Amino acid sequence: MKLTESEYGKLAKRRSPNTKLYKTVPAAFLVGGLICCIGQAVLNMYKSLGIAEEQAGTLTSVSLVFLSAVLTGFGLYDKIAKHAGAGTLVPITGFANAVVSPAMEFKTEGYVLGVGAKIFIIAGPVIVYGLAASAVYGIILFAMQAA
Amino acid sequence: MEYLWAFLVGGAFCAIGQLLIDLTAMTPARILVTYVVSGVVLGALGIYEPIVDFAGAGATVPLTGFGYNLAKGVRRAVTEDGLIGSLTGGLEACAGGITAAVVFALTAAVVFGRGDKTTGTVTNG
Repeated sequence: MKLTESEYGKLAKRRSPNTKLYKTVPAAFLVGGLICCIGQAVLNMYKSLGIAEEQAGTLTSVSLVFLSAVLTGFGLYDKIAKHAGAGTLVPITGFANAVVSPAMEFKTEGYVLGVGAKIFIIAGPVIVYGLAASAVYGIILFAMQAA
Repeated sequence: MEYLWAFLVGGAFCAIGQLLIDLTAMTPARILVTYVVSGVVLGALGIYEPIVDFAGAGATVPLTGFGYNLAKGVRRAVTEDGLIGSLTGGLEACAGGITAAVVFALTAAVVFGRGDKTTGTVTNG
């Protein structure tokens, strides 16, 4: 049987079990919203300690990354992610999970080309395109300020 | 109220991500890249700042907030140092989060990673 790419896509979609939008989208909303509330609580805690706004923000990111690393280490983050989908992917904890998971998994291939290289398997593209976009913005901004 | 808006806005960012996964079959890696670049663009256009003021962690915790931080860092660096700021401001602003992720990941690999050949799973791979 010959199939074009779009036909194959349609077939694959019909066969894949996880496309119940009425379940997946609310789950992502709920879990993602809760993670953001935890972030807000952590941020408020640092601010109440008298830490400046900007540093409190950085500390909040670092704390959430730490929390995600611990949960990923014990295999708990993946369990939540199975149900929450994008709810655990989109927050910074998902970014941290995408760094920690391959680091743990590829330990079998050694610390240099295993852990060291695979740490960036997802984070790499994120950083590459994020930095590139920000550099382009910087150049445009500089040109506008100079004009 | 602060927590309600953080919940609603943060939840909305995640719901959009879930729709992208289910309807377009985008991979998690592409979602994350799209979110960061969108954050940079929205930050550059001055659209993201009001969302942060309004929703707090609901806007800074999703990965679009990471992009917004990159744009904010570049804006400050270019304003203070000129053109070179376009190359320094982004990483400066996000250094904490990135370094934390790398250091904690390395620690997790040492402590939790299995040295044998049993394969684990990459959730977001």
